[in-house]
Amino acid sequence: MAVTIAKERWNSKVNELVIGVEPNSVKVGGDSTLPFLFFEGEMPNRPVVALEVCDVEPDDWAKSLTDAYKGVMGDPVAWAKKCIEYGADMICLKLVSSHPDFDNASPEECAKTAKAVADAINVPLIVIGSGVEEKDAEVLPVVAGALEGKAVLLGNAAPSNYKTITAACMVNGHSIIASNPLDINIAKQLNILITEMGLPANRIAIDPLVGALGYGIEYAYSIMERARLGALTGDKMLAMPVICFVGQEAWKAKEAKAEIDETPEWGELERRAILWEAVTATTFAHASGAIMVMRHPEAVREFKRHIDKMMQPASL
Amino acid sequence: MGLTGLEIFKQLPKTNCKDCGQPTCLAFAMSLASGKASLDLCPHVSDAAKEALDSASAPPITLVKIGSGDKAVAVGNETVLYRHDKRFENMTAIAVSLSDEMSSEEIINRAGQINKLVFDRVGQMHSISMVAVKNSSGDSGKFLAAVKTVAENTDFPLLLNSENPESIEKALELVAAKKPVICGANSENVEAMTNLAKKYDVPMVVRGEDLDQLASLVEKVVSMGFKQIIIDSGSREVNQVLSEQTQMRRQALKKFRPFGYPTIAFASNQDPIQAVLDAGVYISKYAAIVVIESSDPADILPLITLRLNIYTDPQKPIAVESKVYEIGNVDESSPVYITTNFSLTYFCLAGDVESSRVPGYILPVDTDGISVMTGWAAGKFTPEKITEMLQESGISDKVSHRKVIIPGGVAVLSGKLQELSGWEVMVGPRESAGIPTFLKQRWL
Ligand code: B12
Ligand code: SF4
Repeated sequence: MAVTIAKERWNSKVNELVIGVEPNSVKVGGDSTLPFLFFEGEMPNRPVVALEVCDVEPDDWAKSLTDAYKGVMGDPVAWAKKCIEYGADMICLKLVSSHPDFDNASPEECAKTAKAVADAINVPLIVIGSGVEEKDAEVLPVVAGALEGKAVLLGNAAPSNYKTITAACMVNGHSIIASNPLDINIAKQLNILITEMGLPANRIAIDPLVGALGYGIEYAYSIMERARLGALTGDKMLAMPVICFVGQEAWKAKEAKAEIDETPEWGELERRAILWEAVTATTFAHASGAIMVMRHPEAVREFKRHIDKMMQPASL
Repeated sequence: MGLTGLEIFKQLPKTNCKDCGQPTCLAFAMSLASGKASLDLCPHVSDAAKEALDSASAPPITLVKIGSGDKAVAVGNETVLYRHDKRFENMTAIAVSLSDEMSSEEIINRAGQINKLVFDRVGQMHSISMVAVKNSSGDSGKFLAAVKTVAENTDFPLLLNSENPESIEKALELVAAKKPVICGANSENVEAMTNLAKKYDVPMVVRGEDLDQLASLVEKVVSMGFKQIIIDSGSREVNQVLSEQTQMRRQALKKFRPFGYPTIAFASNQDPIQAVLDAGVYISKYAAIVVIESSDPADILPLITLRLNIYTDPQKPIAVESKVYEIGNVDESSPVYITTNFSLTYFCLAGDVESSRVPGYILPVDTDGISVMTGWAAGKFTPEKITEMLQESGISDKVSHRKVIIPGGVAVLSGKLQELSGWEVMVGPRESAGIPTFLKQRWL
């Protein structure tokens, strides 16, 4: 009995975002289907991984992470290089030092670090501020200037600070990450505001502020699915590729931290923690996430192997 | 369900005889459509019309029940493609698979591990759903012995994985009363297998080499009068399975009857970590049963958690009652913790208070079931509401001190809260996991 394959006729697609410059650029987005359903559309670019690098040595990272980056965590350049060895498609540099509660580093100091990292690597760069919105508005424009022409992805822009960050991206040829707290209306609104300033829509990535497996993943999953359906049915202000900060969320979970003697029924910590990050990432890839910002090299390896397989079109 | 009044009206006798208690057939059709009446109230409807109405109003995916007793599981009854449209109904049944080539000690050992795959999450216990026994040996005697050992050592419903009718029959003679799923029928054995399923009244997996063959086989089984079916598109590679699972769900919702049954997927990837990732995809993408070989809790915990997340109702956060909770043997000097009444938040905190081994009181403020930071951002977790809880919950009669610990994420509330409530506010760690250390440094 011949089954007629049910295909949706989508009339639109996700924007293609290019980060970095040739020959080392990375493209994401461009999908004209739900993830990996090659029978009804195209997925020209695979989901990619950025590994996280902090400009100050974090004191709350799990042992299995600090083991993986032993000896490089005090030096963002060395750390970034290590990440590339581990297969990172991009580096995500977090300017934690600029946080007023930590070093309160100046925009110039941050720009210097960002430039040093950018100059030392041959993969594209994502640069994230401390998350303190006013401070990011001061820091990111200076960083953007120092990285002029490198076409980095800069963030995170929120409704309170998108203006300065957008302007800095426009002047210096960068793209922007627009954050929303799991809220599709805020996501759209912010994209409208940014494009109205003149930054092209294909230079925006949406950050829905995801939660990890067990800690709100279902909300992020559904928001991403809804945004993708919006993009495929013609909503231009939802047609941006989605970036997911997987590592920072997954490694916060108790399941990724509790030693086996504390919770014997959960099994061995290392394997459990790596799976916590990997399952969070693959679940988001299937909900339409395009860039996964991750931490553990093993989780990255497993994620990429899964994506290798998923990128082989099924025959129907 | 699903049919409009007019569609139903077409099938009625149109005599307006009023025997159903309604003035006209049309009125009766309308009440049927809105679920206010049932078809048997009309004594005159023809058998053919009944059959047509029944099948048209049946849920797009049949409900199939597996197992007996309190571990029985139900799969199917799904009505949507996206969980944001409504919600997914019956959680994916996770089946851990054993082989009849394992020695009986090994099976007993594995069964013991499987029985321990029970996890406390958000105050509820969650476990795997079934144990699959695979007839890898091809030998029906070995299969019977393995099924017997498994049945003696676990209470989980069984999935009898053999395409050899002889193996299945032997096993069914022993365990049919436990309502196992047989797995199952293929193009070679479909008649024999279906007869067994009918004879022993147990659900059955039908496997096609591809979607086309699957549809034909299902039609054949249905024509033999059997409908407790679970469908398997035959693929074992995750990229292929995703497309096929999506097709089967879409087709079912479009009322293509041969695919109107729950589906099964096998996470049989040779690489154990990849098998877990594949299983995760099947949980999110429509499989009603997922079979996996690992019984390592580190592999199963993420899957059970994902299943719980994907199958929660997106419209309703799970909340706990807002009242004073006592963790351990509390007394008048025990610490008092403030949190919100989102279940996940409350149980994270409760678990960590418990592991601190210092008895304590927890006061979850009613935030309509949302988390600490979400509640704060939404203006539902305020100094006013916390003060009200401190004053009205009766906690001030239970402790002699006046110190309250709040989550580190909402440190900004402390000044106002102290002023309003008169309690000394201590800012706790951001993550409740930091509570044991916090207590050592600041409380004891
Ligand atoms: C899932 C989620 C949602 C879900 C709600 C789910 C729910 N039932 O709560 C939805 C999508 C509905 C949502 C909505 C919103 N959200 Co929201 N959401 C999240 C998300 C992703 C996870 C929250 C979560 O469930 N965490 C898990 C629980 C267990 O964490 P928790 O309650 O904080 O508990 C932990 C700690 O606080 C601590 N703890 C808890 N109790 C106690 C007690 C003591 C004494 C101590 C010491 C510690 C402690 O331990 C726990 C475990 O670590 C976070 C971002 C993130 N990744 O964390 C944003 C987040 C919380 N949301 C945010 C916002 C702004 C909103 C909205 C206001 C957005 C909007 N404008 O619409 C709305 C408000 C909703 C409303 N009006 O009702 C912001 C808050 C920003 C801020 N810092 O103020 C966050 C942080 C995202 C962000 N970075 O911007 N959200
Ligand atoms: S009993 Fe049947 S035939 Fe008579 S009015 Fe009702 S629906 Fe019509």
